[in-house]
Amino acid sequence: MTVRDLKKCRFALALTWLIPLALPAQTPARKDSCIECHGQLEAELKAPVDGFAADVHKQFGLSCADCHGGNPAQDDITLAKDKTFRGTPERARIPEFCGSCHSDSGYMRRYNPNIRVDQLELYWTSRHGELLKKKDTAVAVCTSCHGVHGIQTANFPKSMTFPWNIPETCGRCHANPEIMKPYGIPVDQVAQYKQSVHAAALYDKKDLSAPVCNDCHGNHGAAPPEVKAVAFVCRQCHPSAGDLFSASPHKAAFDGLGVSECEACHGNHKILMPSDEMLAGGQSDVCVQCHDSGTGPFDAGLDMRRRLQAFVAAYAHDEGLLDQAENKGVEASEARFRLQEANTALIEVRNLTHGLTFPTIEARLADGVKVLDDVRARGEAALREARFRMTGLVVATFFILLLALALYFKIRDLQRNANS
Amino acid sequence: MSGFWHSVRSYLDSRFKLEAMLAFGRKKMVPEHEHSFWYYLGGLCLFLFIIQVITGLLLLLYYNPTVDGAHESIRFIMSQVRFGWLIRSIHSWTANILIGAIFVHMFSAYFLKAYRPPRELTWMSGFFLLVLFMAFGFSGYLLPWNELSFFATRVGTDIAGSIPLIGKAVKTFILGGATVTEATIGRFFWLHIGVLPAAALLVIGVHVLLVQTLGMSRPMGLKTDREISFFPQFILKDALGWLLVLGGIGVICVFIPWEVGTKADPFAATPLGIKPEWYFTFMFTTLKIVPSHVLSIEGEVLAILGFMLGGLLWLLVPFLDRRALREKASPAFTAAGALIVIYIVVMTALTYLAPNLGK
Repeated sequence: MTVRDLKKCRFALALTWLIPLALPAQTPARKDSCIECHGQLEAELKAPVDGFAADVHKQFGLSCADCHGGNPAQDDITLAKDKTFRGTPERARIPEFCGSCHSDSGYMRRYNPNIRVDQLELYWTSRHGELLKKKDTAVAVCTSCHGVHGIQTANFPKSMTFPWNIPETCGRCHANPEIMKPYGIPVDQVAQYKQSVHAAALYDKKDLSAPVCNDCHGNHGAAPPEVKAVAFVCRQCHPSAGDLFSASPHKAAFDGLGVSECEACHGNHKILMPSDEMLAGGQSDVCVQCHDSGTGPFDAGLDMRRRLQAFVAAYAHDEGLLDQAENKGVEASEARFRLQEANTALIEVRNLTHGLTFPTIEARLADGVKVLDDVRARGEAALREARFRMTGLVVATFFILLLALALYFKIRDLQRNANS
Repeated sequence: MSGFWHSVRSYLDSRFKLEAMLAFGRKKMVPEHEHSFWYYLGGLCLFLFIIQVITGLLLLLYYNPTVDGAHESIRFIMSQVRFGWLIRSIHSWTANILIGAIFVHMFSAYFLKAYRPPRELTWMSGFFLLVLFMAFGFSGYLLPWNELSFFATRVGTDIAGSIPLIGKAVKTFILGGATVTEATIGRFFWLHIGVLPAAALLVIGVHVLLVQTLGMSRPMGLKTDREISFFPQFILKDALGWLLVLGGIGVICVFIPWEVGTKADPFAATPLGIKPEWYFTFMFTTLKIVPSHVLSIEGEVLAILGFMLGGLLWLLVPFLDRRALREKASPAFTAAGALIVIYIVVMTALTYLAPNLGK
């Protein structure tokens, strides 16, 4: 091979990087004249293009024409808006517009086999759907809660239907006095909810399982699945309290009076952290709503509150003992574990108050008191151990220093002898 | 002396030549001067090592080196075993004091140029002892299997994995797999109570033998010829220091018993502010602040190579300091040592004072 041949080879190799440029792209992008044209427009005509960039439908490969019809392959606006073009649907027709795909199980399976297809059917059973059928177009339709272009799945934190955004999503209408005025519905639900123990769990603890509007009022339908009415919805998360209540004398009494169950004592949107003060004679006494002071049931509630408060005081005392022992360096994790058992007993007793079965409550409370006695004994033993350690240290240090002093004098004597 | 003790002594003397050993101690002289204080650190390290051996052996009675049992056994020792809290606290606190004492002993020997011939091997064996005791600390830190130790070990072994060429193999060997598992705790336990004590005993033996054979180094330019006998004067002074340190350790253990911590959860996210034991923090912080790339070389790799090279140079100091070799002052080496001390102190302080540095 000559030098010239070598140069030719080098030149040919240098050109090889151009080969990919010469080849056609593997997957040519589908022409979409809707995006191209609306992307060059302004304000509300451009907004759909901007919003659609992050839309879940786009992620699944759908585009404008899949909902609005037309021929996106055409550049000419007249040809693009052919006979299949559906344009923007009337508000009253939006549920069917979305439902044309979302109610079609065969179509939806192509994109997400797990997604439900009964949303439209459920919607028509909801108050929103009922009013829409009566030509009230001010009620919520699909786009009111999910957005229009830029729709996100419910597990995306910026989505309008992500748990901690739902109160605001519902509040857009339900906290608006102008929208709610014709229906005579109060508009303070969202504000009240935000003061509740549920909102604290959601916003402060970031607990996404904490209930928001739709967990009690349902998503698309009128009520959550398998619940006859909102009154029963609390049992979905608090089944034990619900069962105890159903077996209690209160159940028949509440039914007879037509009083709602949990709500009568705990409220609805502004459900605060329950406390022993809700029992008879407490600062936020709910028993007194039905039972006058001095009556048998009131006194029973009063006794229950006092016993619980005595238990709580004993718990705090024992916890203080363990704190002191740990501050003094004594390992007390097993006693702390026992203290958790006492806390479990306290939680159970508080729950048992829903059943009004006093013998059961007393028995469980007695179990808890036994545990607290054990914790107290352990705490006191730990403090004795701390005192023993301190005494031991003083004695040991005394002897060590005494020995050190003796050594010091011995060394000094040796040095004196060596010097002399 | 009573007749009984006299006969015991003569029985032992005829078999162990005690009188000959005492005579050697009385005859052996140790220089006494203004820097003599630093001589006692070597004996202190030996004393602390003996404490480590005794308390370590006692801990072995209850410690269970498994993922399910390690943390529980430590909790049991701390809460149920009589004086278990004291034994474990002494073991943990002494380990830290021992490494601190080794550092001070090493730098005092460096600044007094005690590595001058014929004591090069004494210096080198001392350096190996520092490495061995740092390995003791690293392996012992994981054994309680608590959150801090688990994640610090993970971070530490990740760093070891960055060593060029051999890093991955070293990491896999240390961990017994790809990450910290039951195999790791087994290996660390094996290292901590088997391999390292055997190696340490051997190197300590060599180090002490060299010190006894060659005697203690006299600093250069020393005016006085004053000396004291190794036995009983030096030994008694040593014992006085040991007693005071023992008393100090007792006070620390009663007021700040070594904590048990939360049991490690391998599936949990690494908690914020995870850092190794204090004697590794100067290297840890360096790795955090080093630029990601220096002249196209990964910064972390460069820093590790730098530490390895630095360690090698430190080991070879007796051969590099040519002026000290000729009994002449070597201010450049003194200045370099001072810079290293400042660097270690500053980097260690930064770890605790500016934990977000380099993030």
